[in-house]
Amino acid sequence: MEIVDVVPPMLKDNVIVTSVDALFKWGKANSIWPLSSGLACCSIEMMCAAASRFDLARFGYEVFRSCPRQSDLLIVAGTLTWKMTPPLIRLYEEMPEPKYVIAMGNCNIGGGPFSDSYSVVTGLDQIMPVDVYLPGCPPRPEALIDAMLKLKKRIQHPELAAGSEEAREKSRQALREMTDGEPVAEKVE
Amino acid sequence: MAQTEKFVLNMGPQHPSTHGVLQVQVELDGENIAGAKPVMGYLHRGIEKLMESKTYAQCVPLTDKLDYVSAMNNNLGFCLAVEKLAGIEVPERAQFIRVICAELNRIASHHVFIGSLTNDLGSATGMIYAFRDREKILDLFNIICGARMSCHYPRIGGVAADAQEEFFKLTQEFIDYVPQMLDEYDKLFAGNEIFQARMKNTSIISRKDALRFGMSGPNLRASGVEYDIRKIDKYSSYDKFDFDIPVGTTGDNWDRYMVRINEIKESAKIIQQAMDNMPDGPFMAKVPKMFKPPKGEAYHRVENTRGELGFYIVSDGTTKPYRVHIRRPSFINLQALDHMCKGMLLADAVTAFATIDPLMGEVDC
Repeated sequence: MEIVDVVPPMLKDNVIVTSVDALFKWGKANSIWPLSSGLACCSIEMMCAAASRFDLARFGYEVFRSCPRQSDLLIVAGTLTWKMTPPLIRLYEEMPEPKYVIAMGNCNIGGGPFSDSYSVVTGLDQIMPVDVYLPGCPPRPEALIDAMLKLKKRIQHPELAAGSEEAREKSRQALREMTDGEPVAEKVE
Repeated sequence: MAQTEKFVLNMGPQHPSTHGVLQVQVELDGENIAGAKPVMGYLHRGIEKLMESKTYAQCVPLTDKLDYVSAMNNNLGFCLAVEKLAGIEVPERAQFIRVICAELNRIASHHVFIGSLTNDLGSATGMIYAFRDREKILDLFNIICGARMSCHYPRIGGVAADAQEEFFKLTQEFIDYVPQMLDEYDKLFAGNEIFQARMKNTSIISRKDALRFGMSGPNLRASGVEYDIRKIDKYSSYDKFDFDIPVGTTGDNWDRYMVRINEIKESAKIIQQAMDNMPDGPFMAKVPKMFKPPKGEAYHRVENTRGELGFYIVSDGTTKPYRVHIRRPSFINLQALDHMCKGMLLADAVTAFATIDPLMGEVDC
């Protein structure tokens, strides 16, 4: 049977064929709306990142929203204390899915300089799932932009992101093969 | 007959114009405010307690986090208190470099004030302009100590490293730029009719009330009290510089804004004089590695961007302080919020809040 090419050549140059899923991820990753919630020092650097020199708008992330219902990224910028934890969890829960969290600054990774303190949460991941950890005290605005781009990659290719369910399943599979089907611990570090 | 009752509105802890994590319980009578009660402690990090378990040198970076937009002034205050306790004589060059850095940081902090104030008044453009100019100062800090915000540059006995020629050259460039910058701000904000309407004759604090609340810094000076620790205590060779203390007349929001704008001019004047008369010599006094101040106590206060910042240190003769207490200006200035908001409209609460200019890191400590 003769194959007839019915697509006109002009259309061939202008149309890209893709899956809906890939298109959706592409759109999602390039239009993140962060919640303008600053806790401490890091929030000033977050403001710097949105201001003229660093200009987060170049990447499409400049729409800082004051309302959690309109935003899909929570940048936890600054020291989180136990007193602030309930309001922050509430903010997180008010955000619609899909939502992402950046733990900005050393305080949110492991307590930072206040890790010995009686009132500071030593690590944001005790409270909520974290997508990107951004070290620094405070991190420079360039670092925040880098974290946002890491998050973009993570949104576009969730199966490749370290710590994702798919990646964990892959490493479990690899371990099972290594141990010839012996049962392995559920949690693979 | 219609009945009315007061309505309590919670602003914060997550609110775009509370500059951090402060909750204000605003009691509303219609559109008018009957009371505003600040609820603090959302950023209490226990800095005073943490200092008891750290050596004196390790305490200095913790002071960065108090008033995080004017870290140099905090470092300076703590170092001066420790030096007073141990009787360390700081070389003159170090004193001059400290003054330059403290004044640069004062300007940078006022940039954040201008940016957040205009942002709260509904003009995000203002923030962009203020942060653009603040970057110039942060670049200078980047050169001198490698950090933008948490500087940790003044150390016990002097400064961390000597200032290089490049730093002085770029600082001179910035000082030359200041008049042009302030002109632009005047055109953008001070000349704006809406800005004036929102700022003039709102949230007035009288001279008597300001003193009664124990306020300090630009907020007190806006009410017409000429009170500046730099003039009174003359710490860190501030007596060698010629500068004025800008004061306001009525103590309204407009005065609080204008006092800060004029302070930028005065700071630029101080920096210019410090650079012109920069002495040569060492940048660090001889401080032993195992630093043990004698038994005793010392209090030293500096004019922070927000007011009178005092460090009270009790030493038991070991490498670590026995007790540190910090007198934080923002915390005490915040008391006036209720007084300022009473009788005003709800929209004015945001302006009043921005002109007190509290920083939650310092309020909660």
